[in-house]
Order: sequence, then C-alpha cells, then structure tokens
Amino acid sequence: MEIEREPLTSSTEIENHEGAIIEDLRASSQNPLSDPTEWLEKTIERNILLTTVDAAINWARKTSLWPVTAFTACCTFEFIGASSSRFDIARFGMEVLRASPRQADLLVCGGTLTWKMAPQIKRLYEQMAEPKWVIAMGACAISGGIFHDSYSVVPGYNHIVPVDVYVPGCPPRPETLLAGIENLRRKIAQNSIKKSGTKR
Amino acid sequence: MNIADNQELSSHLRTHFGEGIIVHGEYVEITIGKFERVAKYLKESLGYEFLSMITAIDYIDYFELVYRIEAFQNKATVQLKLKCEKVKPVVPSLSHLWYGARLQEREVYDLFGIEFSNHPNLKRIVLWEGFQGYPLRKDFKVKSYDAGN
Ligand code: SF4
Repeated sequence: MEIEREPLTSSTEIENHEGAIIEDLRASSQNPLSDPTEWLEKTIERNILLTTVDAAINWARKTSLWPVTAFTACCTFEFIGASSSRFDIARFGMEVLRASPRQADLLVCGGTLTWKMAPQIKRLYEQMAEPKWVIAMGACAISGGIFHDSYSVVPGYNHIVPVDVYVPGCPPRPETLLAGIENLRRKIAQNSIKKSGTKR
Repeated sequence: MNIADNQELSSHLRTHFGEGIIVHGEYVEITIGKFERVAKYLKESLGYEFLSMITAIDYIDYFELVYRIEAFQNKATVQLKLKCEKVKPVVPSLSHLWYGARLQEREVYDLFGIEFSNHPNLKRIVLWEGFQGYPLRKDFKVKSYDAGN
C-alpha cells in the first residue's frame, strides 16, 4: 500500500527561504575572516591590580572551557576519543559538553562544513555568550581539506566564524587536539579585561 | 512466478514486450517508451517488488539511468538501464509504483538535472534551492580545475 502524506502547505516557501539564506551567506563569505589578533598586543601601562585581576579571570576562563555540542563530520570521533577516559579532557575542566550554545564558550569545529549547514553554525556561534573561542579541528575545518574546491563545502570555518586555534590533521589525533587546547589556554592567559572585558 | 535466471527473465520480457528490450548479460536495456510498462510488469507479475536503488551516469552522448530491482521470493536482482538524451533529459517517474523512488529520483534530479515526468514533488533534496547547476554532470565546473584549463 502506498502511504500518502500531506505536504507542508508552504514547504516550497520554506525551502526557497532556506536557499536564499544559504546563497546570501555564501556570497558574503567568499573571503576568510581574519583571525583574532588583538590578544597579541601588549598593553603598555598595566597596573599591578589589573594584572592580578586579569590573571584570576583568565585562570578561571581557561580552566573551565565548556565546548558546545556541534560537530559536523568524522573529526568528531577524535574529539570523542579526547573527551573520554583515555585522554580525558576533564583534566582541563572541559568535560561538560553543553547542548545549549548559551552555556558554552568554546566551539570545537570538528569536521567538514557544508554550505547548507553553515548558517546553523554561524547562528550557534552568535548565540554563544562572550567571551568565546573557536578551535578549527582537522584539515576540513582549516581549509576544506580534500573537499576544498567542492561545490558544497565551505573552504574553512574561518569563512564563517573567526578561528582562534587551528589544529591540523585528518583527523588530528587526540594528542594534537590537546596541544591545540593547550595553545588556546595560553592565548586566553594573555587577555586583559581592559580590552572591553572580552577576549577581543 | 518463478524466474530462474536473467536469461529466462530476458526471454520472458522479450516475448511480452517485443522489440526495445536488449539484454546484455547482467542487465536489461529498455527504451524510454516501454520503461514504465516493463517496471510495472516486473513488480506486479514477476515479483520484483523492491526497488533498491536509482542512479545515473553521464556519458558523452547520453545520460544513462540505472535501476536495481530485487525479488525477495526468488532471491533475484535485475538491473534496468535506460538511455536518455543530453539536452532536456526527461524520463518517466516510478514513484507511483514504489514510494521510495520519490526520494531517489529527487536525488538524481538534484545532482544530474534529469527530470522525472509525473513526479509529485520534484525539487532539490541534498543541495539547497537556488543552487546553480548540477554538480555530478561532467561539464560542471569546479574552481581549481577551471583555473587549470
Ligand atoms: S579533516 Fe579528515 S577526519 Fe576531519 S572531517 Fe575532514 S575528512 Fe574527516
């Protein structure tokens, strides 16, 4: 017996709308966003009090990075490997994978990102509260990897969100990811709340 | 009905549909005009009740559609092949015989731009609305290769 289903009355409209969003994003993301560099600047006059406050705040931030659960392809499995008992990212206070971007401050971009998925990732990033950081994990997240000239793949997450740390590999082993996280922690440690109170 | 092998099947189809059925060992090639009737006959009279896949191939002069249809009772499989023209390719839809054909035909339409007449909901499925071109066609241009030639 053939099952008949009523199509959504406006499914075509929904799809056209979705298509328009993707095309817009694609047109406006042809060039990569520049990587955040403000953290490199050394503030000349730092007073003692603020450095101590900075140190305390940065310590708090870097030791409780909570990743958002948003993974798109195979690199995810290395992240899962890293987060389970053998490699144990709980050591860095980041074992709490949040299902809501509003409770997370780290986006680990594990995997190939297609243009169809890109608006959702951008939205997740925008919903995360400041301060927030992004790790691009794997060749696909860095540059599109083997799919870099594909018709459907975003050539690097940095077309969509600003990326703080790039972790190479296809996929990167958990040790590599841990090294990336270590780099991110070092980067966070150099922030100052004087710069508008956020990571920037 | 019990069909022993492809040989028997092909002679069976020949006697039923006459010209336009060409058997090449593993597969059966059918002209567009007879395609729908052959599929219906396979399903309703010969027990080939499960459409397991539809795909397409882009040759230099024509597109070829490949259908794999299985008969669980006889543990048999038949491959149907169907040629269609390069410019404005249109083939009959099998969605009234197999519900699952709808999604697969949409996929072929999405990636090859082959139209299925009488399909109830023929639009892109994997790519988004507004995507230009049909990426699995050989003449679809990809950035880096463009720069190369
Ligand atoms: S970099 Fe390799 S492992 Fe990671 S998503 Fe891409 S193809 Fe998969």
